[in-house]
Amino acid sequence: MENTVSADTHVDVMLRVNGSGRQLRLDSRVTLLDALRDELDLTGTKKGCDQGACGACTVLLDGKRVLSCLTLAAQCEGREVTTIEGLATDGRLHPVQEAFIRHDGFQCGYCTPGQIMSAVALLQEGRAGSDEEIREFMSGNLCRCGAYPNIVAAIREVAGRGSE
Amino acid sequence: MRPFEYVRADDVAAAVALVSADPQAEYLAGGTTELDLVLKDGVLEPGRLVDITRLPLRGITFAEDTLRVGALVTMEELAADPTVSERVPFVREALLAGASPQLRNMATIGGNLLQRTRCRYFRDSTVMACNKRTPGSGCAAVRGPARMHAILGASEHCIALHASDLCVPLVALDTVVDIQGVDGSRGVPLTEFYVLPGERPDIENVLRHGELITQIRIPLLPVGTRSGYLKVRDRASYEFALTSAAAALLIEDGTIVRARLALGGVGTVPWRASEAEEILHGAPAADRTFRAAAGAALRDPFTVAGTAFKVELAQRTIVRILQDVSGVQS
Repeated sequence: MENTVSADTHVDVMLRVNGSGRQLRLDSRVTLLDALRDELDLTGTKKGCDQGACGACTVLLDGKRVLSCLTLAAQCEGREVTTIEGLATDGRLHPVQEAFIRHDGFQCGYCTPGQIMSAVALLQEGRAGSDEEIREFMSGNLCRCGAYPNIVAAIREVAGRGSE
Repeated sequence: MRPFEYVRADDVAAAVALVSADPQAEYLAGGTTELDLVLKDGVLEPGRLVDITRLPLRGITFAEDTLRVGALVTMEELAADPTVSERVPFVREALLAGASPQLRNMATIGGNLLQRTRCRYFRDSTVMACNKRTPGSGCAAVRGPARMHAILGASEHCIALHASDLCVPLVALDTVVDIQGVDGSRGVPLTEFYVLPGERPDIENVLRHGELITQIRIPLLPVGTRSGYLKVRDRASYEFALTSAAAALLIEDGTIVRARLALGGVGTVPWRASEAEEILHGAPAADRTFRAAAGAALRDPFTVAGTAFKVELAQRTIVRILQDVSGVQS
């Protein structure tokens, strides 16, 4: 279809990621996921299905977990994005990152950043009351290697429930 | 994928005026349907996306036994609302049975009502025969493999399913949809909001181009009413329904005084089971009543080979939820 009106199909957006801001000029179609990886070189956030089904691209937007593959970068103007690169403080890993290492909560590692971002949010939401609850509220993050038992164990430990 | 202009709307009237004046413009809210179909599947090709997520449509207020929910309230926010848990608990159950936590943080209530079908033929632009995408082109789903498809309100023209969980209890509750257009606002009952596919499956609801859902009004259940939502699916979580049912029953001395029943996973629109409700009203809360209601609800299905199993599954789903809600087991 011909576009008779010449519209501006680019956007200027100030992306605030992990506490620092960058002014970008992007094609309107660029997702938050692609902006993170291709414009800001923050490749920790992974592109799995790129269609909202696998959770590998999970990031926090204003503190809530969302899928960056189904979010336009333009929609994030003025909002705070947190990625896996933003979890460590003063060179120390986040407790969830440490627990994933301790419990071997991954095999190939590709889904891991999404799993960890989702787990961090889950703990803030207070959804780690039981293993069953953890599994239900981690269901948006697929792991093709099947590391689920160790992922649940890692989250359970950070929640302070020890082993069940 | 066609380039589009991105516009961030600041107030409702301006957003409605902008989209109404431009046939190529569409609204963007949570994006979980819209961006999927625009960016990934290439099924929708808007020239302009008007981002409405900054509009002041995020309130949940409660007055006169009605819950008013702004169109931009997210699924997760509505699920967390204490009045929902107390007075319409099956709405919360349906919300938490849908999608994933990430998607529920993004997806809005208005968008949930307007979500597009998951029919794989509709979402694959290389499939030529789809009456919903291209009126008059036929329906690939009625001849090809089909499983996650509708059996009620369906015909040889279209068997695309409305896959919402939330809309199942909402349609049972006689929820009203408030709509803003350039010429004013109107309220439409959810039971009259959707349009059966008939010979024009591309027409899915009564919205005119540019009209915006601003809020929904949910009438709360009378105190003493018990409700429940049952979802049957291939996986334990994060999966669309094969069949589902939402039921609310007010039972006095073993008699069903008031019954509300709606079905998901089976309809081209969220399906109010009115014939079943008529059987339930005034009848004893007993297994034979539940079975009669289930039979009435599925009396006239349109099935293809892949969906024939849903007729019995839906009936069993109805009997089970009525047993669970009433506490009367077989």
